[in-house]
Amino acid sequence: MSKGFLKSSIGKKMVMGLTGLFLISFLAVHCFVNALIFFDQTGELFNQGAHFMGTNWIIRAMEVVLFAGLLTHIFQSLILTLENKKARPVGYAKIDGAANSRWYSRSMGLLGTLLLLFLIMHIYHFWTPSRLGGIANIKPLEEITYSGNVVYHNLYAEMINVFHNPVAVVLYVLGCISLAYHLLHGFQSAFQTIGLNHKKYTPAIKTLGAVFAILVPLIFASMPVYLYIAYK
Amino acid sequence: MGSGNGQMLNLTLKVWRQKNGKAKGSFETHQVSGISTDMSFLEMFDVLNEKLIHEGKEPIAFDHDCREGICGMCSMYINGRPHGPKGGITTCQLHMRSFKNGDTIIVEPWRSAAFPVIKDLVVDRSAFDRIIASGGYVSVNTGNAKDANNILIPKTAADAAFDAAACIGCGACVAACKNASAMLFVSAKVSQLALLPQGQVERKERVLKMVSQMDEEGFGNCTNTGACEAECPKGISLENIARMNREFLGAELTTAKK
Repeated sequence: MSKGFLKSSIGKKMVMGLTGLFLISFLAVHCFVNALIFFDQTGELFNQGAHFMGTNWIIRAMEVVLFAGLLTHIFQSLILTLENKKARPVGYAKIDGAANSRWYSRSMGLLGTLLLLFLIMHIYHFWTPSRLGGIANIKPLEEITYSGNVVYHNLYAEMINVFHNPVAVVLYVLGCISLAYHLLHGFQSAFQTIGLNHKKYTPAIKTLGAVFAILVPLIFASMPVYLYIAYK
Repeated sequence: MGSGNGQMLNLTLKVWRQKNGKAKGSFETHQVSGISTDMSFLEMFDVLNEKLIHEGKEPIAFDHDCREGICGMCSMYINGRPHGPKGGITTCQLHMRSFKNGDTIIVEPWRSAAFPVIKDLVVDRSAFDRIIASGGYVSVNTGNAKDANNILIPKTAADAAFDAAACIGCGACVAACKNASAMLFVSAKVSQLALLPQGQVERKERVLKMVSQMDEEGFGNCTNTGACEAECPKGISLENIARMNREFLGAELTTAKK
């Protein structure tokens, strides 16, 4: 492979698609672990799940890869967007976009920006206190001890705490809606970009993508709503 | 004038006027009246231009050639869509029965850095020619016509190649794309040869050169919105873009750097 590959338009798009698919795999894991809150009202099951994610060294190593993947996805999109703007220096007076494409497929940059804003808030809410709280003393979490004398971060209590604020609940739900539309285009688009388009499989990929894009954000959005109502 | 319903239209046209590539253009408003619904969109422009000439004004420059929907020369962006409101046709095949009396129609040239405006609605699409010249051919000594079925080609491959070869290079894909990407055009031209035995010898070299030329011309990057496929007068499928992406990746992975 030549160095030019990553500079070619198709190479750059493949970087977007592959990092996107990697981030999708992260979402699936994140959604699964967080959904543990629905299966144990005391929060112990979720706290143990979060503890595993925070202490297992393979997961911790993947966390670095995850941040690298996220940053690559963001910076590559900025480069592509700037190039795309340059490709049409004089715009049209009238565009009938709805006639030939879906609004969310044309608004991936906007949806991505909303997601980034959401992520900054979300990381501040949970990742910073959990991972950096002890080190930098930023918003340290309360601790809880279960059987076996292992000390756990009480992230469940922190979720209840954060989602006591209705503004946070609304912002999280809006973040999940942005995620849903971003995925609705992104999931199937990633497969097209890496060259996987076949009459036999593409309908299944599109269906799976739509189910994922609706189901995962729906489960995520139900968490703040549930905790807000349950601990009002 | 055909067997239309005899209705005559009065229309307001907002047309992009630009003296040359360097001049700053602007919209000019014209009233046209007595337009038959049987006229094609280009014939309506002919009527308007006749009027402008009689008034001693400069007629509106626009591209056209065969007026049969097969040459790919006409290129107007009408009311926010390349080739106007109907699917599967070029501007010359758009008829005035698609409009209502009293309509205002906005007509713009294709907008792309790679398609600079020459005058009014005429753009320079030679970027497409340079992409073809970079690799969109097969280097064979054609000689006499071969016997039919001398080279066996599976029906599915022949059909897919033929579908890709239907591209007339009009540039509507670029015009429709929010990123002014030329992926649909280039992928059709890569596909029509990659699918056939005659195209195998230069297969890898071709996709590498054509994609490289496409990037050099300043077209944007594909974001799979599907607008190109929806607006293509020849129904070229997005499957071609996926195929080109595969071809490109495969060629990159297996071609040694010179």
